[in-house]
Amino acid sequence: MSKLFVSCEEATAICNKNQYKEASFWEKMKLQIHLFICKKCGLYSKQNATITKVCNRYLDSDDHPHTLSEHDKEIMQHSIEEKIDI
Amino acid sequence: MPENPKHILNPNNWVTLHSDYLFNYVITRVDNEELAKDIVQETFFSGLKAQHNFRGQASERTWLISILKRKIIDYYRKINSTKGKAEIKVNFYQDGDRKGSWLEERVPKMWDNEAEKNIENEELKVTLNNCIDNLPEKYRMVFVMKNVQHYETEEICNELGITASNLWVIIHRARHQLRKCLEDNWFAK
Repeated sequence: MSKLFVSCEEATAICNKNQYKEASFWEKMKLQIHLFICKKCGLYSKQNATITKVCNRYLDSDDHPHTLSEHDKEIMQHSIEEKIDI
Repeated sequence: MPENPKHILNPNNWVTLHSDYLFNYVITRVDNEELAKDIVQETFFSGLKAQHNFRGQASERTWLISILKRKIIDYYRKINSTKGKAEIKVNFYQDGDRKGSWLEERVPKMWDNEAEKNIENEELKVTLNNCIDNLPEKYRMVFVMKNVQHYETEEICNELGITASNLWVIIHRARHQLRKCLEDNWFAK
């Protein structure tokens, strides 16, 4: 079993993975132990949760399909026809 | 020539039938119109060159998408090896006694309580998008696929040809930079 005490760098890495609910049980344990003893990472963790909230609130793929303009299509069509002719 | 192929290629109709579909596919990944257009165009050119390899087993569109996916991987490898060198700032001591501890100047600052409670603000959305756009391209691309398009980790790894641990390192660094950017430009300014 890997060590229970991790560095700030490792703890924040787990914290980031955990924002997507993809941290394992052991990773979450190590994070909790670290947060218990480290105020800096405690602050990071709290702010990271806010960032996740902000992302969930404001980042969403729009459902409108992106389309090419008729002009772009004409150019593409033209260059394909040129290559076919060769 | 294969006998009675189920599907045939008709390059003259590619733009009409498939260009929007391919364009939409790319743009959800690279989020840049000009670049997406170029990748679609290159896909058609590669398709023309590789016509003789088409055995008619997959539909024309499926076949074009498989070429397009290669183009996206190629693009990702390119930014990963060149522009990717424009790295993200280090946040922790990299060696010595304090290896893995916060660098003094990168320790999270206290945020404005009101700002943190009050995230309903259209200007915050603008700031967030600016911060994401400022990420180095390879970080931005993975972050957007994960956070905006909500692709599964495995799907992103397959599409970009990276391992899950690569992906988490990229997400980790991207989020550190994002946190710092939002701190400087919104929460603690």
